[in-house]
Formats: sequence, C-alpha cells, structure tokens
Amino acid sequence: MLSVNEHKEIEFSSELIKQFDDIVTRYPEGKQKAGMLPILHLVQAEYGWVSPEAMDQVATFLNIQPIEVYEVATFYTMFFLRPQGKYVLEVCRTGPCCLVGAEKIMDHIEKTLGVKEGEITADGKFSWRGVECLAACGMAPVLQIGPEYTFYEKLTNQSVDQLIEDLKNRI
Amino acid sequence: MRNERNLSHLNSRISHLKYTMARKLLLEHINVPDINTLDVYRQHGGYRSVEKALKTMSPDDVVEEVKTSGLRGRGGAGFPTGMKWGFLAKPEGKERYLVCNADESEPGTFKDRYLMTYIPHLLIEGMIVSSFALGAKTSYIYVRGEMMPQIRILERAIAEAKNAGFLGKNILGSGYDLELYVQPGGGAYICGEETALIESLEGKRGNPRIKPPFPAISGVWACPTVVNNVETIAAVVPIINEGGEEYAKIGVGRSTGTKLISASGNINKPGVYEIDLGVPVEEFLYSDEYCGGIANGKRLKAVVAGGSSVPILPANLTLKTINGEARLMSYESLSDGGFQSGSMLGSGGLIAFDEDQCIVRNTWNFARFYHHESCGQCSPCREGTGWMEKVLHRLEYGHGKMSDIDLLVDVAKKIEGNTICPLGDAAAWPVASAIRHFRDEFEWHVTNPKEAMERNYGLAKYADPLPKLEEVNQN
Repeated sequence: MLSVNEHKEIEFSSELIKQFDDIVTRYPEGKQKAGMLPILHLVQAEYGWVSPEAMDQVATFLNIQPIEVYEVATFYTMFFLRPQGKYVLEVCRTGPCCLVGAEKIMDHIEKTLGVKEGEITADGKFSWRGVECLAACGMAPVLQIGPEYTFYEKLTNQSVDQLIEDLKNRI
Repeated sequence: MRNERNLSHLNSRISHLKYTMARKLLLEHINVPDINTLDVYRQHGGYRSVEKALKTMSPDDVVEEVKTSGLRGRGGAGFPTGMKWGFLAKPEGKERYLVCNADESEPGTFKDRYLMTYIPHLLIEGMIVSSFALGAKTSYIYVRGEMMPQIRILERAIAEAKNAGFLGKNILGSGYDLELYVQPGGGAYICGEETALIESLEGKRGNPRIKPPFPAISGVWACPTVVNNVETIAAVVPIINEGGEEYAKIGVGRSTGTKLISASGNINKPGVYEIDLGVPVEEFLYSDEYCGGIANGKRLKAVVAGGSSVPILPANLTLKTINGEARLMSYESLSDGGFQSGSMLGSGGLIAFDEDQCIVRNTWNFARFYHHESCGQCSPCREGTGWMEKVLHRLEYGHGKMSDIDLLVDVAKKIEGNTICPLGDAAAWPVASAIRHFRDEFEWHVTNPKEAMERNYGLAKYADPLPKLEEVNQN
C-alpha cells in the first residue's frame, strides 16, 4: 500500500543525518540495519509520514536494498504510508478501553472533526484512527498524538473537545 | 506540559498505596518526588546491587542467587529466570547480549510503562547487574514505539548513570564494561515474542523465528542472547540486595516474590499494584487496598486474569476453583483446573467485566486485535484469526447462525498449537474459553438477533430471564 501519487525529491537535512549517524553507532560494525526503526521514527517526525522517496533515502543511508525498508515500513503500524493531518489522534480501541467507553469517544471524535477514520480535515490539521492496545488500560479510555506520542488519559467528550480546541489554537 | 499533568494525576491516584501495602520491593519508593533522578534514587538505596554484585560477587554467583530466588519470567510465560540464564551459551570469541523486553502490548497490561515512567533507574540498575551476570558487554532495552516519552526518560536516566560511572568502561573499577541502549519498536504486538523482538531489533519485520535454535544459543546477530521482561529485570535488584533466599520466602509455593498486577476494566480503582504472590483474587478485587470492588455498585460478571490471551473466567470460577478452594493470585492457583475451569497468571493484566458487559462483543474485539497483530507467517494464524473475527462480528451484529458457535470452536482448535509462536494460541484461547463458559450468551445472540445490538444478555448464567419482545413493545 505504498502511495505512488506523489513524487518529491527528498534530501535529509544535515541535522537529521547527524542523528542517523549517532543511531548506527549503537550496533556492531556491519549491523547498521538495526537502526531502521529509530531512523524511520525520525523521518516520520520530520515529514509527518514515510514516503517511498524517504524510504529510498533511508536505504541508501543504511547501505541496504530499498525493499528491505519497504517491507519494514509496511509491517509496523506506527508508520504512516500516506500523508496525515498535522495532528493524528490515535484512540485505543481494544477491549479494556472499550469496557469504559472508547467506542463512544471515537464516535464523538468522528462527529466533532467531521471526517471518517483515516481521513484528513479540510484545513489539514487533523486526522484520527483507532489503534490497538496502547498499554495504558488503567487510565482508559486513552489517545495519543505523535510524534512525541503525548498521552491523554481518562477521556470524556468534554476533555476531547478541550483537546481539539487547544490543538486548533496551537500554531 | 499536558503529559506531565496527566502523569501527576496518576501519581495521586496511586499514592494511597504507600501506606497500605504490606511489602513492596519494586514500588517502595515510587512516590518519592524526583525518584526518576539518579541523586534521589541513590539516596533511597539505588545502585546498591551494582556495587554488591560487581565488587563482591562473580557472575555465576549472581545467576545462582537468581536461581535460589525462584524468580519466574514476569512477561507472561512464567519460565524460571535463573534457569533461562543458565542455558546461555558461552562460546569463545562471540558477544553475548541481554535484551530487555519493554514491548508491553498485551491488552490489560501496563505495569512496565508505569515502572519505566516513574522509576527508570530501577530498570537500569537491574540491567547492569543482569548483564554482568550474563557477561554481556552491550545490552538493549527494546521499548514499544508508542512509548516515546518513556524512551526519553530512559535515555536521560542512562546518561545520568553513565556520568556517575555505573555504565561505560571499567564500571566502579571492577574491570567490567557495559554499554546500554534504548531501541524503539514500531507498534507491533508480535514483537513481544522474544524471537520476533530479536528480528525487529535487527531492523527487520517482526516475524518470529522457528525454535530451536533458542536465543540462548543464537539470538541477536546469531549471538547467544537472553530476553527478559522489564519487571523480571527490575526484580533482580531486590534479589541481589536481600538475597535470593529472602526473596523466595515471599509468595506461595513455586510462585515466589512479588508481582505487579495491572488492574483495569469496571473496577473502582484501576492501576498498578504490587502484591505478594498468593493474595486471594477475591481480596484483590474487592478490598480497598487494591481494586476497591466493582465500579458503580454493579456485580462482577467475568475476569480475564493475566492479559487478553489467557482464558476468560466467569465470576464464580474467578473467586473459587472448581473444588471450592479460594482462588489465589499465583501461577499455580490461577491455572488450577486446566483450561476447563482455570486460567493463567500470564503478565498480570487483570481485566474485570461488570454485569452489563457483552462477552460476545468483547470476544469479537479481542479476535480483531489478534487478527490485526498476526504477523502472517503461519497460515493457521493468519487465516484463522481473520475467520474468527468475521464470524464473531456477524454473531455480535445479529447475523449469526447456531452452527457458527461450533465453527468458532473448530477454528480455534485448529489454530492452537499449529503455529511457530504462541500468538496463535493467544488468539484461540479467549475465543474457546468465552464459548466454554458463556455459550448461552452466544446462542442468545443467534436467537435474538434484533436485541443483540440493543442490549446485553446480562449477568451470564445468573441473569434474570429476558422479557419477551412483545412485552417490551407493549410497555
């Protein structure tokens, strides 16, 4: 499900490359491929998603085949393979959260933002999706927002409204 | 900012524990302000075990101490940790690795997040002592990717520990070198399985490996590797400080020591509790020390005792075994009665269901989870989890047939034991056990398709008979 609609040449900034360089020192020589996940996280934090062009660049940096990056990026659900809203509200939809109303929270988010799961609002600011267990069942229902993966716990319709309002006003 | 405020909420919610808990080995200092900093942590006895182990013990002494303690893997499998360490191959000229499994993703489990957030140095201290015992010169903490704040917390703590000479070259003048790194995952449940975690650490898809060879022989980069859960590694600290024998005195039978229980669902006080293994389930659920009873004055319907993978139990079998003995929070007591009438302690993720919860809906929810998280390598799991999800979906949404129930049992049976890793079993057990104990509720969904979406069946076998549809309409 790689998006092939956009073709933009990408060049990683020198700061980003510096961070990549730091990451690969954590592994034995020749095992730099292990840096794949941390590097993809940095790429997503920088661009908001992981484009095929970015994956190619990562492959070049790690000195591996592009397919090795594609197969990893498509396996792990944290990586967005198409552009998203600026803030992606990821709501836990697994059992323990549903016991205390996660489904109603998702309905409320859908109504408030006016877009379906996976779609982006017209102003480009928001998208949302249900995700599987976030290991915060005691604080359920919960949602997270990348790239810092800030946590919002014990959600109610009011706290979700407040959160969306806060994010709207954020520059 | 927002995040910190949220964390402080959690702190205040847990703080009552401080005075009521009988004994705490891991969470003793968790409410101390700034315990996440090295200075405060050391003021409360932090890093004592590193000094003790590196200065007065040999690596084998440490392994022996852990064997004596009877510590069992806290991630879910409950395998004796000392024995696992004893299996580690030590060929000449090959690196050995310790990898901490912090890919906490089992629904119902959130103890590791809690531990890493508030007392990160405990994990790092445990990593140093355990790495020393295993002769690892490089160790990794594999943290699930969603826990970015915890990754930052750990990285800061590692930097502090390194500055103080607890990591790096020649630790405390002992001649032992150790580098410790944090590795983020990518949001895949399967990477909690140790060989999938190793694959993921190497920068690949999280496909579990066929065993043997076991990681103890060939793990990360084909080198001997031990993978241990966060809580297991943290427990090594009190074991070294107090001695394995002292640790083994806590608990009941082969369930020694304390265990972190993540309590969630319809209870008054969800949260992480450290218990002596062997506390009665009834006490844990209803006493004010722990869960504080079922929320909103409702009755208990069912409990998943050890994370979503373990069999669900109806209320009566949760509190007492089939022989009428009180059920205890221990590895043995929770599995008493096998799968017919028992469950498992698993990762200690206790999920309580009140009388208004629909078992069919929850089983469908869990089936969707496992379908979503199957790596797709083995056909029985890849296809079977999908079938179970679809069949459960149609039962829940009122399109089911009576034959679907046996079909589910059949599919579950054909997944179980036929896959490389235990995810297949983990997907099959919740479905099989829900039908075993709540079959009438599944049948009710078939016979009452219109109501299936409207209301729940009620309190399992103790529910009042449902009013007939005509009566409801008349009223």
